[in-house]
Amino acid sequence: MADSDGRQVDSINHSTEEDVKLQEVVQAKCEGKELTKEEKQRLRKEKKQHKKNKKDDRGPPEKEKEKEKASVLAPSKPATQSPAHKAAPVPVNASASESPVAAEKPAKSKAEQRAERRARQDTERASKQGKKEGGQQSASSKPKATPNELQPVKRLPEHIQVDDPAALKKLAKKLERQQVPLRSDYGYKVSLFSHLHQYSRKNPPTQQISIPATVIHPSIVRLGLQYSQGIIAGSNARSVALLHAFKQVIQDYSTPPNEELSRDLVNKLSPYISFLSQCRPLSASMGNAIKHIKKEISNIPSQCKEEEAKRRLQECIDSYINEKIILASEAISKYAIEKISDGDVILVYGCSSLVNHILCEAFEKQRKFRVIVVDSRPRLEGREALRRLVKKGIRCTYVLISALSYILPEVSKVFLGAHALLANGYVMSRVGTSQIALVAKAYNVPVLVCCETYKFCERVQTDSFVSNELDDPDDLIVTRNGKTHLENWQTVKSLGLLNLVYDVTPPDFVDLVITDLGMIPCTSVPVVLRVKNVDQ
Amino acid sequence: LDEYLRIREDPDVASAVAAIRSLLEFLKREQSETILGLRENMTKAIHRLEETDSSVAVSSGGELFLRFISLTSLEHPDLSQCKNVMIERGELFLKKISLSRGKVGKLCHTFIKDGAKILTHSSSRVVLKVLENAAADNKRFTVYVTESQPDSAGKLMAQKLCNLNIPVTVVLDAAVGYIMEKVDLVIVGAEGVVESGGVINKIGTYQMAVCSKAHNKPFYVVAESFKFVRLYPLNQQDVPDRFKYKADILKTVKDLNQEHPMIDYTPPSLITLLFTDLGVLTPSAVSDELIKLYL
Repeated sequence: MADSDGRQVDSINHSTEEDVKLQEVVQAKCEGKELTKEEKQRLRKEKKQHKKNKKDDRGPPEKEKEKEKASVLAPSKPATQSPAHKAAPVPVNASASESPVAAEKPAKSKAEQRAERRARQDTERASKQGKKEGGQQSASSKPKATPNELQPVKRLPEHIQVDDPAALKKLAKKLERQQVPLRSDYGYKVSLFSHLHQYSRKNPPTQQISIPATVIHPSIVRLGLQYSQGIIAGSNARSVALLHAFKQVIQDYSTPPNEELSRDLVNKLSPYISFLSQCRPLSASMGNAIKHIKKEISNIPSQCKEEEAKRRLQECIDSYINEKIILASEAISKYAIEKISDGDVILVYGCSSLVNHILCEAFEKQRKFRVIVVDSRPRLEGREALRRLVKKGIRCTYVLISALSYILPEVSKVFLGAHALLANGYVMSRVGTSQIALVAKAYNVPVLVCCETYKFCERVQTDSFVSNELDDPDDLIVTRNGKTHLENWQTVKSLGLLNLVYDVTPPDFVDLVITDLGMIPCTSVPVVLRVKNVDQ
Repeated sequence: LDEYLRIREDPDVASAVAAIRSLLEFLKREQSETILGLRENMTKAIHRLEETDSSVAVSSGGELFLRFISLTSLEHPDLSQCKNVMIERGELFLKKISLSRGKVGKLCHTFIKDGAKILTHSSSRVVLKVLENAAADNKRFTVYVTESQPDSAGKLMAQKLCNLNIPVTVVLDAAVGYIMEKVDLVIVGAEGVVESGGVINKIGTYQMAVCSKAHNKPFYVVAESFKFVRLYPLNQQDVPDRFKYKADILKTVKDLNQEHPMIDYTPPSLITLLFTDLGVLTPSAVSDELIKLYL
């Protein structure tokens, strides 16, 4: 997931040559920076100190401190961006009585002097606190880089560390800095999923935004509201809406003086992205789209005039939507129609724009088939799919997922849409999909997943617990004949309502994946990712 | 076309190789003015060949041949130069694939241990080569061959193995389940290897694969790389009709339900390993190789 304010801190040991080298690097970066950037640096250093204090000492004799504040940084993040936002790889040893940073770095400006003073104070405080055994942070206990390597350390994204107070605080601070309202969790969370956010739809994040003075562009605010209320749902729809909103943002953007469009625009986008992820966690497709845009923005040559640059970006976004979504669905329909033969009984689940498109195309090409739409509470998205198919004139049957094993003997093929395809071949899709794939496998019915390549994701997941989304638990409350049994579920201490949104399907249950590159088995997804990365 | 039939007579040559050789001859003789015309003629020729002998290998071989020769960037402005380049590449392709059977044989025979009992299906020249290599390596093994009706190709295979002094027994197609507990491994050839990693082979291969899975015996497939084809069948029904039945039957018979198919499809989950001239592959790696070959 795109963590917009990603930082990369290299874990380094404190050999002095490296110190000096890094100091030089830091100096080079510091030259010509404006105050805002220095302020940011200062804040960052402050935070680092705080983090240092709470960290476990890995044994004083080791004299090594690991900074593991790296989050998964989008690989295509612009090069100009990362040095700007890279927290200066300052080696700080809390065990040393004074920060070598403060000593070695020549003060460039007042802000930096302030920073150093603060850093010194912090380290003194830290040494006073000494080898306090802080709570082992989940952040630090996660991927351990070997101390002597200068590799960026991958860290869990923040949105799945909700039960870790330190990560929460960090997130809160970041949002505060970006002036994005923080959304609070709602209701009791089932303990297995307590590491995820759970928001209530009645509590939109826009309540805390004051109308005139807001750093967030109004079309983004509108988009966020649409996401959080569920008005725009479905990964293609969300990505397209996001890209259109970004087009609007770029249209209204004007480069402030002394700033470069390529760098500043990316910085402007970061609070928007944080805001959107507060409204609803970003999907893999949105993440890929954002990466692409950021790369395009940073590739704009600096001598390009503003109007020209803006036009170019608009075109680039348009072509992205056209290629990756619209044309891809045409290509996928072409392949998929080969697989639909006359007399087929096709099972679909929920409402996938791609699958609906395929079925409509097949019907237009005079294929004779009928469709069984499987639906599930609480979203009942199948009704939308049903409506669209019936409008076309396709013969449909509608069942709920509990009747699945009853109708499967009649079915000849299963078509599923996907939210994302993970790098180990697992399919992440609406909750209930893996159920369908499992039962279809048991009945020996071929399962076909249709997915565009822009939804392919570098993440690896083997279960649905690690990274998921919790929807509003109040959705599960049903009122029948005026009686609601679950109305006061919050008062019952031992009761938790769980409304999951996604689940993952292992590749053994999927027979075929249809992408715009062709038909591939599920295990070939990493090959496609590899080929794509080579292309880029 | 006559060329093709002539080459076909040679029993040692795979039908696909014969097809490619005749295509090469065709390429040498034909006279079209443009590259596009050339390609069109080639495709027409391939179709013609498919019509006479509808086997997967011919179609895959033809397609791969076409791709191979046209994959080169044809920047030469002069058509005849281009043609020469294409002919050169065609010869290269032909040479490579004639060597491929030897490569596969070399790779596979190490998997046959001393004292092994091998089960194979119908008559395959690649499997013959493998067993030949193993025998030359002074390994002792016995072979069970299925009769493989309706054309009794198994008996032919048994004859050839006899000539190599390998102890061989012919069993009924129906006796596969019976004999499976005795054998150590199963080796079959393939007419085509599909994108999912599954294989298309003589009818009866699928049940042999299912049996071997049930008994936990390794099921090996040996195939040359030109047999890789861009199909993705989901089940037995999904294999196109033009492969299932012989070409003459397709033309004359009205109701295909009365005819018996000549091939079946074995899904990748039942196959342990595939031996090809590109190396020893797992079924999921086949897709990787195919992407490299075709894209």
